Amino acid sequence: MPSESTLAATPVLRGHYSDASITDKIADIVLVQPAHWGWIAGLGVAAAFTLLFLVAISYLLAKGVGIWGINEPVAWAFAITDFVWWVGIGHAGTFISAFLLLLRQSWRTSINRFAEAMTIFAVAMAGLMPILHLGRPWFFYWLIPYPNIMNVWPQWRSPLVWDIFAVGTYIIVSILFWYMGLIPDLATLRDSARVRWKQVAYGLLALGWRGEARHWHRFDTAYLLMAGLATPLVISVHSVVSLDFAIGNTPGWHSTILLFSGFAMALTLCIPLRAVFGLRAFITARHLDNIAKLMLVCCLIVTYSYLIEIFMAFYSADPYTIAMTMNRVQGPYAPLYWSVVLCNVVVPQALWFAHVRASPLSLFMIAIVVNIGMWLERFMIIVVSLHRDFLPSAWGMFYPTFWDLATLAGSIGCFALLFLLFLRFLPAISIAEMRKLARRLPRRA
Amino acid sequence: MKNASNLYGVMAEFATPQALLDAVARCRSASFAKLEAFAPFSIDGLPEALGFTRNRVPLVTLIGGLLGGIGGYFMQWYSAVVDYPINAGGRPLHAWPAFIPATFELAVLGAALAAFFGFLALNGLPRLRHPVFDAPDFDLASRSRFFLCVRAYGTAFDADAAERFLRELAPVRVMRVDR
Repeated sequence: MPSESTLAATPVLRGHYSDASITDKIADIVLVQPAHWGWIAGLGVAAAFTLLFLVAISYLLAKGVGIWGINEPVAWAFAITDFVWWVGIGHAGTFISAFLLLLRQSWRTSINRFAEAMTIFAVAMAGLMPILHLGRPWFFYWLIPYPNIMNVWPQWRSPLVWDIFAVGTYIIVSILFWYMGLIPDLATLRDSARVRWKQVAYGLLALGWRGEARHWHRFDTAYLLMAGLATPLVISVHSVVSLDFAIGNTPGWHSTILLFSGFAMALTLCIPLRAVFGLRAFITARHLDNIAKLMLVCCLIVTYSYLIEIFMAFYSADPYTIAMTMNRVQGPYAPLYWSVVLCNVVVPQALWFAHVRASPLSLFMIAIVVNIGMWLERFMIIVVSLHRDFLPSAWGMFYPTFWDLATLAGSIGCFALLFLLFLRFLPAISIAEMRKLARRLPRRA
Repeated sequence: MKNASNLYGVMAEFATPQALLDAVARCRSASFAKLEAFAPFSIDGLPEALGFTRNRVPLVTLIGGLLGGIGGYFMQWYSAVVDYPINAGGRPLHAWPAFIPATFELAVLGAALAAFFGFLALNGLPRLRHPVFDAPDFDLASRSRFFLCVRAYGTAFDADAAERFLRELAPVRVMRVDR
C-alpha cells in the first residue's frame, strides 16, 4: 500500500523517454500493433448495442414517442435524463482539457486527448436525445435560423432554441479544439506510416503541417484561446440546460446539477485504456489519484447541494416544494432517492483513503457506481417532480418500457463504439505535448 | 550547380532543440535575411529567437467573437421585432433577456471559428505540397529532429557561403532544398 509521500513522488511520466520513443510508444498503437483481443471483444459488444440503438431509433421514427413510457403527467423521462447525463459527462472532458490547460497542470497532458474525444462522443449522444424526443424528429432543423419558404423564424424565447445553440456550439467548438490539437500528431502519423493509404489519409488530415516555429507560435496562441473560450462555454451550456428546467414552474427544478459523472466516466475509460494498451508509463497512479480527488470534491459539492435543497424547501415555506421534497424521500420513488444518496454521497467517501485511490480496480468500481448514481439523480429530478403536480387528480406514475431502456443502452453502446474506433485510428495521447513534457520534467537517476 | 532562383534554401539538421536555438542565434547575428526553423514540438523561445514575437491570431479571434455576438443579437432582434413579430399577451417584442443565451453562444462560436480558421489561414495551411518535404530526413521533423532552413532570398544570396556557415554549427547534416 503506497503512502501519501510515495504517491506525491510518483511522476506524471514514468521511465526515460526520448522524443523518438514517445512517438513510437503512442503511434504504434495506431500504426503497427495488431488489434488486441480485448479491443475486438469490446468492439463486438459495442457494435451489437449500436445496432440495438439503430433499431430503437427506427422503431421510434415509425411509431412515435408513444413507444416510450412517457405520458401525462410524466411527459419527460428517459430521453431528457439521458440528455442531461451525457452532457454532464461531456463537460468533465472539456474541464480536463481546457480548464486544466489554463491552470498549467502538467498532469493533464497524457489524458486530455481522450478526455476531449469522450466529450465529443458524449455530446453527440446528448444532442440526439432531445431530437429523438421531438414529436417529429425529422423537422429538428426548424430550430436553426435559415432562409426558408415558410417565412418563419425560430422562437428565441424558447429554451429548446437555446438548447440547439448551446449544444450545437459546444459540439462544434469541442471538435475544433480536439482537431487542432491533433494536427501535429497527424503529421507525425503521416511521416511514421509505412502503408500508402495511411500516409495519404493522415497526410490529408494533417493539412500539410510541417512544424515551422511561426506555425507553432500561432498554434500555441490559438490553442490557448480555444481553451479560454471552451471554459465559459461549458459553464454556459450547463447553465442553459439548467435554465431549461428553471424556466418551468415545476417544484424541484430550480437547483444545481453537476459534472460529477464526467470525472467518473473519465476514470471508467482510462483504467481499461492504460491496461489494454500498456500505457501505464503515461497514465500513472498520479493521474488516477488526481481524478479521484476531483471526484471526491465533486461528491462533496453534490452532497452540499442535496442538503441545501432540503433546507431551502423548508426555509422557503412553499407547500409545493416541501411536498415535493417529502415525496422524494418517502414517496413511491423513495428507493430511487436513497439509491442516489448511496451512490453519490456514501460510496465516494471511500476516496478519502489513499489506498482506495491507489487501486485501479476499486476506483473503477466507484466510478461505475457514481455514473449510475448520477443517471438516477437526473431521473429523480425530472420524473419525481413531474409525477405529482399541483393537482392530486393529475398525479400518475412513470414506468419505463423496453424501448426506453434500449435507447439508453444503445446510446452507451454507440458511445463505446466511437471511442474504441478513436483508440485505434488516432493517437489517444498527445504525442507533441508528451515530447515537451518529457523535456520539462527533471531527469531522475 | 543549380540555378540560384530554383533553390528554396539551405537546410541543416540538428539532434537537440538547444543546438537549433544556438544555430538560430548564430544565423541571426550573421544577418541571413530569412530563416525557418522546424521542430516536432513547440520549443519555448524559438519563435522569439527568430524575431517572431507577436501573431495576429488574438485579433482575428476578437473580430470573430464580436461579429458572432453582434450579428447573433441583430439576427434575433430583426426576426423578433421587424420580420416576424408575434404578440404574446402584449409582452415586449424586443425581449433582450431571452436573447442573451443564443447571443453568447454565437459569440463563442464566432470566436472559435475565427481562432481555428485564422490559425490555418495565417499559417498558409492547408498546403499539402511544400518544398521542405522533399528534403532527405525531413520526415523526422515530426519525430525527433530539429531543422533550420536558410532561405534563398534576394539576389545577393550565396548558397555555397550559407552551406559553409551551417556546417560550422556542427549539424547532423546539411542539404539543399529545391523549390
